[in-house]
Order: sequence, then C-alpha cells, then structure tokens
Amino acid sequence: MAQRGNAPYLPCVSTLAHRRAHALPKLFQDWFATRGWTPRAHQLDLLASARAGRSTLLIAPTGAGKTLAGFLPTLVELSEARSADVRARAKAEKRRLAEAADGKPGLSLASLPLAGRVPPPRQSPLHTLYISPLKALAVDIARNLEAPIAEMGLPIRVETRTGDTPASRRQRQRRDPPDILLTTPEQIALLLASKDADYLFSGLKRVVLDELHALVTSKRGDLLALALARLRAIAPGLQGVGLSATVAEPDDLRRYLVGQHPGEPDAEEALADLVIAKGGAAPDLSMLESLAVMPWASHTALHALPEVYALIAAHKTTLVFVNTRWQAEFLFQELWRMNDLNLPIALHHGSLDVEQRRRVEAAMAAGKLKGVVCTSSLDLGIDWGDVDQVVNIGAPKGSSRLMQRIGRANHRLDEPSKAVLVPANRFEVLECRAALEAVKAGGQDTPPERTGALDVLAQHILGMACAAPFSADALYDEVRSAAPYRALSRADFDASVDFVATGGYALRAYERFAKIRKTKEGLWRVSNPMIAQTYRMNVGTIVEATMLKVRLVSARGASKSGVAGRVRFGGRMLGEVEEYFVETMVPGDTFVFAGEILRYEAMVEDEVYVSRSTATSPRVPAYAGGKFPLSTFLAAGVRALLAAPERWKTLPSQVRDWLNLQRQRSRLPGRFDLLVETFENRGRHYLVAYPFEGRLAHQTLGMLLTRRLERAGLNPLGFVANDYALAVYAVSDMSLAVKQGRLSLDDLFDQDMLGDDLEAWLAESALMKRTFRYCAVIAGLIERRFPGKEKTGRQVTFSTDLIYDVLRRHQSDHILLRAARADAATGLLDVRRLGDMLARIKGRIAHQPLAHVSPLSVPVLLEIGRESVGGDASEALLAEAEEDLVREAMG
Amino acid sequence: MLARADSVPPSFVGLAGAELVLDRRGALAWPERGVLAVADLHLEKASAFARRGQMLPPYDSADTLARLEALIARWAPALVIALGDTLHDRWAQERIAPQTRDRLAALQRGRSFIWIAGNHDPEPNALLEGEWAREIRIGPLTFRHEPLPGEVTGEVAGHLHPVARLVQRGHSIRRRCFATDGMRMVLPALGSLTGGLNVRHPAVSGLFGGRYEAHMLGTARTYRIAADACLGD
Repeated sequence: MAQRGNAPYLPCVSTLAHRRAHALPKLFQDWFATRGWTPRAHQLDLLASARAGRSTLLIAPTGAGKTLAGFLPTLVELSEARSADVRARAKAEKRRLAEAADGKPGLSLASLPLAGRVPPPRQSPLHTLYISPLKALAVDIARNLEAPIAEMGLPIRVETRTGDTPASRRQRQRRDPPDILLTTPEQIALLLASKDADYLFSGLKRVVLDELHALVTSKRGDLLALALARLRAIAPGLQGVGLSATVAEPDDLRRYLVGQHPGEPDAEEALADLVIAKGGAAPDLSMLESLAVMPWASHTALHALPEVYALIAAHKTTLVFVNTRWQAEFLFQELWRMNDLNLPIALHHGSLDVEQRRRVEAAMAAGKLKGVVCTSSLDLGIDWGDVDQVVNIGAPKGSSRLMQRIGRANHRLDEPSKAVLVPANRFEVLECRAALEAVKAGGQDTPPERTGALDVLAQHILGMACAAPFSADALYDEVRSAAPYRALSRADFDASVDFVATGGYALRAYERFAKIRKTKEGLWRVSNPMIAQTYRMNVGTIVEATMLKVRLVSARGASKSGVAGRVRFGGRMLGEVEEYFVETMVPGDTFVFAGEILRYEAMVEDEVYVSRSTATSPRVPAYAGGKFPLSTFLAAGVRALLAAPERWKTLPSQVRDWLNLQRQRSRLPGRFDLLVETFENRGRHYLVAYPFEGRLAHQTLGMLLTRRLERAGLNPLGFVANDYALAVYAVSDMSLAVKQGRLSLDDLFDQDMLGDDLEAWLAESALMKRTFRYCAVIAGLIERRFPGKEKTGRQVTFSTDLIYDVLRRHQSDHILLRAARADAATGLLDVRRLGDMLARIKGRIAHQPLAHVSPLSVPVLLEIGRESVGGDASEALLAEAEEDLVREAMG
Repeated sequence: MLARADSVPPSFVGLAGAELVLDRRGALAWPERGVLAVADLHLEKASAFARRGQMLPPYDSADTLARLEALIARWAPALVIALGDTLHDRWAQERIAPQTRDRLAALQRGRSFIWIAGNHDPEPNALLEGEWAREIRIGPLTFRHEPLPGEVTGEVAGHLHPVARLVQRGHSIRRRCFATDGMRMVLPALGSLTGGLNVRHPAVSGLFGGRYEAHMLGTARTYRIAADACLGD
C-alpha cells in the first residue's frame, strides 16, 4: 500500500472518524501498530460509511493511502464474516455434542427428510470488485494487498482478471470466484454478458473504482456506468466506492457511484457520501526562468535544455513530462547529445514496444534512472520509485492535469512535491503563469460530466441480450439508473434497440436478418449463439488509431524488395506508429523514433520497414500539437493576465517587452472580447483572431472561416492555428473589404456557421470519418475482429468511409451519425467549445486594421509552412500534382 | 472554386485507336459508338453482409443506381455495357427492394444492355434483363470482366477496383481511378460500397508491361497521374 513512513493523523472534513475509531477491529488496530502507522481519518470515514451501507467517493492526493482506504471495509467485513462463520460452526458443533450427550437427535437442516428440502440459494463468494483503467494497476494492487492479508492471517482470496489472464483461469473464475477480484471495465462487461453473471455477482457487496476521475471522462466510463447499473440490479445494496484525484465537480462522481431515479422527479438527488482527505504540504512549484532568448513559436524548449539537464543532474530521479510522442523523442535525443556526465536518462511513451516500456519502469523502480522523458503514458499508474522532481516541458494545458503530474513526484504526503514548468515559447509563458496561479488557488478544470454515448449503449444492449432475454421496459429503467444515461429518452433507447436488432434503418430491409428478436413473451433475445460470440470478440470502447508495427531491417535488403515485400527480413521490432503518420511519408524519408533517426523503406502489410539512417537532421513530422487542448479555465486565466498589465511584473522581461510592443502597435485582447487583426505582409493579406480556445476548436473555426471568406470572394489560401490564435491568409485585402462594407466581421463570426457550413464541411472531413469509424466499431456495426482472425484496422478504415458517405446521403439522422456528431462536439473538432466562444463574443469583436504585422501574431504566423495547408483542398492538390507531373514531363 | 460538374469539356483519351471519354463519376463513354461502359456495381452488397449479421446501410444499390442514372442522362448511350460483378451475389434479387428493382427496369427502357458475367455473377440473373455475355468485341475494343494476362490490344475490363494514392504537400489523397497504358483500360468500381486495390499492387502493375497511368476521379473531372508517381498503400 502506498502508505509509507509514520504518517501523521491527518485532519479530515468529517469528525465521524473520531467517533468511529473503535470501528476498526483489534486485529487491524494491531496491524497498523506493528507497521508503525496510525489509521488515517479518511480511512476510518470510509469504514464508517461502509458500515452504514453507503456508497462513498474518496478524494485524496497521491500518497494518502487511498487504495488501503478503499479496501479496508472489505478486509474488515471479510475477516469478521469469516470469524463469525467459524464461531457459528463451533457453536453448532458444541450444541450437537451436548444434544448427543442428552440422547436427543440434533435438529439440523441435514436431518430433515430429503423430500421437503429446498437447496439453499447458491451464493457466490465474490465480495468485492476492484476496477482500474490500467491492467498493470490491477496487478500491482493485487501484489500490495498480499501484505496486509498475509500479515493479519486473513482467509481472503484475491485474484486478478485481465486480457492477459489465461483462458483456463478465466473459466475457473466464473465457476469458483475469489473473494476479491481485481479487473478492468472490459472484463466486467464480458462477465455481465455471460450466463453466469447472475450467480457470479449474487453476493457482491462492493465495487471499488480506482482513478475514477480518469475513467469517467471517456466512453469507457459510459460502459462502466452501464455495467454498474446491471451489477446493482443483480446485487441490490451494492456499495460503490470511488477513489479519485481532486476534480472540479465532485458531485458528478458522487452521482456516478449510485443508482439514479430519473423516473421519480420528487426523489431526492442520489449522491454517494463524500470524504475528502486533506492534502499534505503544498507543492513547491516554479517556472524555469531561462536566461536564453525565448523563442517565438517553438514547441521544444530547446533553448532551456541545458538548464533542464542541470536540474536532472541535481536530483535523484526526474520525470520530464512532454505533451506529444514526438516531443519526447526529440528531447530525449537532445538531452543525450549534451549528456557529458553520461546520466542514465530513459524514454517512455505509449508507442514504444511494451517490453521496452517495462524495462524502463523496472529500472525506475530500482532507482537506476536519473531521468525519464515521458508523455501522458506515465500520468496514471503505479508508484515507480523515488521520483523527487517533475519537469513539465511546454504548457501544462490544464491545471488539474498539472496537479496530477506534480503528484507523481514524491509520494510522501507530508513533504512538498517539487515541480518545474518550462515554457517553450512566449505564449506558453503566459499559460504557465496562469497555471501557477491556478494551482496555488487549487483551481480545477477536469472535463464536465459526460452524456452517455449511444454507440456504447448499443454495445451494452447486445451484451445484455447475450446474458439473458431482456424486457425493454426493465432495461430502459436500469440504463437510466446509470448517471450518464439518466436523461436518456425512451425514443433514443428504442432506437438503440432497433439499431442492435436490424441496423436502425428507415428502409426496413433487414427484419429477417435481425440479431435480436422479440419472443412471444415480449422479451428480446439473441437470434443465434454466433452473435454472442461475435459480441465477446468486439467488447470494449477503446478503438485504437490504426497502429503499424515498426520493424528495423537492413537498408539494402529493403530497397531491393520495394513495396511488394515478397522478402521478409526479420529485424527487431521497435514499436508502433499511427497510420496517419506513415501515410504522408514516401520511401527515403527520415524520422525520429525510439530514440533513433530512421529511414522509411517500405510498408509490408501492417508493418513499416525502417533502416538506421546516418542523416543528422531527420525530416521531422509537423508538430501535431498536444493531445490535450488548452483548457477553458486556463484560457480565461491567460486572457485575464493579458488584460491586466499591472500583473505583468511576474513575467520575464522578454515577454513583458513583447506585450508592451503589442499594446503600442495594435491592442491587447480583452478579457471578454475577440481581437481580430487584419494586415498585409509581403503581398499576402492576413486575418488573425485570438480566441484562446485551443487548437482543435481553432482548426474547426479556421475551416469554417475559410469557406465563408471564399464565398465572400476574398480568395483565402489557407489558415494555421495554435492553442491561442488562428490566422487566415488570402489574396484579397480584408482590411479594405471591411472598410468598404463588403465584409462584416460580425457576420463572418456569426454562430450560424455551425449550421449549414459545418454540415457541408463535416461531409468531407477526414476527422469526422475517423470519429464515425470509432462509433461504428463500438456500436458493433463493424467487427473489429473475427473469430480466429483479427481484422486489421486498415481494412476497417476503408469500408467505414464508404459507409459514412452512403449513410449520410440517405439517412443523415441515423443513430450512428448522431453518435458521431455528439463525439465531434467534444472530441477532435471541439464544436461545442467553438459554439460557446461564438456566443460569448457576439457583438464584442474588436477589429484592428494594421499597416504591418502585429507582435502578438508572430507566433501563429511562424506556424505557416510548418503545418500543411489547412482545409480539405484535395481537389486543388490533385490538380497541382497533375501540373507538377506535366511540367516535369515537359522538362 | 470548383467548376460545375459538367461544365468541364470532356477530354478524350485513346485506346487502341478508339477515342474515349473518362467520366469523373467512374464510367467510360465512347460517344462515336453511343456506348457507355461501367464496372463492378456490386448491387445489394450491404444486404449480403446483413444476412451474416453485419447490418450495413441498405442504401448502396439506390446510391449506385443514382450514379448510373446520372451517367445515362449525361451520355444518352444506345448501349450500356456492364463489365461484370453487377450483382454482389446470386441471391441479390431476393433481397433487392421493389423500388430499386423498378428503377433498374426504368433505366433499361429505350436502350440496350449487355451484362458481362463476373465472378460474383457468373450466370445470367432474372434481375438483369438483356443480353448476357462472357465478352464482347466492338470495333477495336474487347469488353470483358477480368483483364487477360499478357499483351492485349484494346481491352476494357473491370474486376480489380483500382485506386490510386498520392501525397501532395503532406496530404494523402486516395481516389478511385482508371488504369491505362493506351492498350488496356481497367475501370474503377461504380458500386458505392466497393473497396479498392492500389494501382501499384502487383495484380494491377503486372498487367501493364511498361508505363501506365492512373486517371483519378475528382468532383469535376479526372486527374491524369503517371503510375510511377503514385504511392502504395
């Protein structure tokens, strides 16, 4: 358990603990004492809530003994039940002996005549489920539970169940379950879809959900919420225990843990109890004040790297967090270039081969590493060794994320975590400043509560039919007891059932092929056993971007075989890359991966063949931006900082000078308005807007603005976007067009762009097609695997694009298109945020025509050329390709 | 920005002496002889998948026929040659919607149809009225489903569903295409749910001894790209 040293008895929001301290049985009190520990208030609070039969959300920082708190009630209950069992058996035995001595027959069940005997209801011993987003975490927790169980001699069996568990053991677990099962959301969905579910979960008392804050933000959280609803139906009285980092809205999570009653409007809102463990020492957080010249638009923080290296050298173990895999690769290379001390510095990101990652983790746990350059792949998870410093390169993007990353340093509650922010450019200085202030104030910006996705619901409905025939009325009520689905309409539920049965098409063509059918009794059941088998192969909500394996081959062999790939040369596997990354490469291109410069040789089936390159500067891919856009909360912080020059004294002088220059030559973006600058530079005309809404929303906005400017006859050529601003460039003079009244900025930025313009663009958008593909796989329209043979993602990509086109043309309100649009609102296109912004700035556009480039626009303008042309200009590009070739041919 | 679909004047390509137009919807027109050729419609493909439990949208036949209707309206051919795999399987007629069947019948009025047998529809099918053939010769051209290996003169075929891929300015563009070397012409699939085979795949490149071209389908016209300049998948 993550409870080290002699932790002090910490204050807690509730005083319940003081009164309930005696609730901890002697056996446990003694165990804590031998360890030199005192039970913490929140641990006792959780025990008290459990005794009262209540569900609980525990919010605690890392190092607060959160996991032990989650399991303590279960360990206590199981130890008591077992000793009660033993006592009862001993008592019965004594009585039998006494009665035998009296010569009277013992009156026991066993002595009753057989005919009248009802077999006792078979109840599964499974008492507690522990569900974590990471299977590594489940395995780690199992190991940590061994200590208290062994040391107290508790008769408790703990087992894990993940995708890696051998099939024979998984079989056995269904018939002969342990007391505590540690597993993942997907495994629970699988178990619930089996015919054994009713028995298996019949005696379940508690579900412990670890890292709940991370689980609830995704479709996995939707699937788990539906599973919880079913578990509560099988085992009434089931307690939910959520373990979470600090979040913006704890009530969202409290609601998630308990059954909702949307059908009873008068019912009190159902919420789990809330226990907040007070954090320990405040973090020691600072921004690196580099002496080097601050770049305008870099994302690498290369200028500050010598200082970062010095920080690594001066500490025991440093985690260097970056936002993208590419940044990780780049920084790792650069750090080694200056590594004169030969410090053991390693690389960790999600695309590396799993073996390689495990080796890094093991070396870290053993204290053998001075530094690890990592991505969000180390955001969650187990405690890896003695990290005493976190360095965050680039902007943190969100204050909650930053706080969680800081928590990775030093898992001791009573010592401050040390973290250093390293901004990579001038805008990031502002963002880091806003983040520092947010962390100091404890400001949280975790994402808002999700509305349950319809594609996930479809998957769940099929799973429930696989378990046993269901009544639509009963399942509808059950589904609505899950918090994310509490507002689900009956019409949408019925449409989901219809989708599962026959695809949900207005043209009722498939009744005779239905996957689930209504019986005479009105229950829905699967049409044949093959359907259940297919369901099992496709369960889960994680649809990986299609990944291609990267294999190292010898350059000579590869170039001979060309693209045909008839020769296979077994080289070492380096890891995996996203397909879209490879799609834009041609043989001969070089790129950085797994800490090396590699040359792309060929693609053979789902493998990318690469060779070692001697190139010194790789053809690096365009900066793909962070996975996480700037949070609305931090964006507001940056705007507020910009609008208040009196607060600039905390900024480095270079940045201050830059902002002062902007104030003189143009104007500053206000807190609530939208600054739009128009100017000409070297024959091109620019329109630069500063919404600060994150790169995804800006890209969508850029796409739509370009369409509109084109319609207005202003001949836009393209656009670029970063997290803070976007710039559209055109042939025509946009300042002049505004002056002459040919272009109205209010109309240009009107919310109506989210109507027809958005629809027209979505029709073609590759991002939208990718979003649709995810929904189609989750909902079961497309199988991700066939029994015995995994279908590669490449095949799936292709056919879903065609399906998307046909479906959009013929039934644009189909449930899967609705699901995809709902995802687009918050996902890759961030349409909702764009909509909120457009509403916010309505009537508040501050236009500043200029005679020259403005200081604030320089960073985004520098992105031009680094990024590929904006827009889906495929036709223009085809024409260009044709001309290129003709020109070449004509010599 | 883009020209209206049919405002682009047709540009002719030669095949064994015949002057042909490659329509950007994916059909070959031979105005001189009043012939229109299309390939691989795969009608009722979605419902074939639905039979096996994968409920693909049942709109593919209507979608494909709409394209064929537009082609016929544009070129007003006296003869339409479908180069095989017109039906996805032999049970298509049991699954096709009555209104789709009616549209198919309406298309046929006032012109002749020749249905070339394909591997998906090797036998004449009651759904497709008209003449059935393994292959047919008109002037310098021979129309068949599967391209013959080796040297040919004036072959028009389907079967392979060619697509071409390009990377231009960091964008990957993948489109259906015609593949031709002036002696042989492989048509793209017209069916809405039909996938494609890259023109650099040996099954396509092996048909052409030397240089050949991809004519990629665009929204207003086709784009002529040397196969050497195309990329594998």
